[in-house]
Amino acid sequence: MFERKSNIFFICLIMGVSLICLIFLDAAVSRRLDREAVRERREMVRVLTLTDLCLFTEARYTRHPSMTDLNTPFQDHPTSLEHFPTGAIMPVPPHLKTRSQW
Amino acid sequence: MNILDFTLSSLGRRKGKNLALVTVYTFVIFLLASVLFFTHSIKKEASLILQGAPEMTVQRLVAGRQDLIPNHYIDSIRRIRGVQSVAPRLWGYYYDALSGTNFTLMANPDLKDCVGEIIIGSGVSWRSGTGKGKKAIRKNDIIPFKTYDGSVLTLKVKGILSFSSQLVTTDLILVSETDFRKIFAISHDHATDLVLKVRNAKELATIAAKITQRHPDTRPILREEILRTYDAVFDWRGGMIILVLSGAIFAFIILAWDKATGLSGEEKREIGILKAIGWETSDILLMKFWEGATLSLAAFFMGTFLAYLHIFLSSAILFEPVLKGWSVIYPHFRLTPYINAYQIATLFFLTVIPYTVATIVPSWRSATVDPDSVMRM
Repeated sequence: MFERKSNIFFICLIMGVSLICLIFLDAAVSRRLDREAVRERREMVRVLTLTDLCLFTEARYTRHPSMTDLNTPFQDHPTSLEHFPTGAIMPVPPHLKTRSQW
Repeated sequence: MNILDFTLSSLGRRKGKNLALVTVYTFVIFLLASVLFFTHSIKKEASLILQGAPEMTVQRLVAGRQDLIPNHYIDSIRRIRGVQSVAPRLWGYYYDALSGTNFTLMANPDLKDCVGEIIIGSGVSWRSGTGKGKKAIRKNDIIPFKTYDGSVLTLKVKGILSFSSQLVTTDLILVSETDFRKIFAISHDHATDLVLKVRNAKELATIAAKITQRHPDTRPILREEILRTYDAVFDWRGGMIILVLSGAIFAFIILAWDKATGLSGEEKREIGILKAIGWETSDILLMKFWEGATLSLAAFFMGTFLAYLHIFLSSAILFEPVLKGWSVIYPHFRLTPYINAYQIATLFFLTVIPYTVATIVPSWRSATVDPDSVMRM
């Protein structure tokens, strides 16, 4: 079976496809297992009236991006440059750019 | 089958070069897949969790900045038809000089009768400890808070929020309204903002318009806008994502360009010899197809699998320094793998197909010229 290199190739190909299938299987199982944790987090957000994910805690406009305004990143001085690293990777929330809807 | 056998032997003869190629190619696919998996999963997680966020939040703006909102706004907003309830929220940021950490302090109505007590997020319990051999804060421990006038207010830990809720509560400290006002000297007739419940979600925009008519200094933020914010933060066209993606894509373009612009002298000679001993152009193209497919499939399978392990088993450890920035507190969370066939197919068509095509094109050019002249090159 292993005499021909093409056989080894097809075995590796099947292994690769199985690996992708394994990813989908693991993802499906994890989603099922995490369902309760996600529900718990959503409930906590509802009860505590939270508005944002706690991902970037270094500056207030990145801690609560949905609640921020356009001035906050430049709060220290009228001509100061925004200097927090996460400020550089975070775009302006869409609702701050299209504010005139009401 | 014989052509495939020959192709694999041919690849084996240039083991070092091909191994280096597969390593770089795997890394490029690993980066692309990591970004794809991470952004999709965190967006999905945010959309599921933040479904519980307030339907509408009303802030007051003074000179372009968010300011405290007077409590008398509550009555006038409550009178708008369709508004079910209006509740004031008291929250803000507290900088703890001892640990150099920013915490989110929030007044919780359930702690109304528990003045002097707090409930903390699990990230706070680790960061509030001081001195050598930092110990985690436990239930009934005391945390000192510096109030607005410099005096110290000590609050007892009543409980710690669950570890699994870190993605939303890691830096959160829940205090009673009395303690919150004591720390920040906020008068009883003001709140940070207001949260609204409405009877019919379809009326949200109308209610928001009425609020701004009655109080032009306010800014309503809808739950849909909160959700869209996270869609924008992890959108592939913006911020970190475009940085990582552009690096990986350019690396891939260079890789494919190198292949597409021409073959090495050795490869051309090989094609010439094969043509001279009777191989058809189609056989050579088939051989080159298998060569490109073998390398790109190997890189695709390994890169995708490693990216899955990276994002969902090691909690995106390589992206952590980027997301963390200067933050002292960073949530430890394991993302739920929200992956689908569309993502894998996108990855496949973005990487495997262009590379395989890029391998065939120059070979076709060499295979269609006279074998004698190719061998003499």
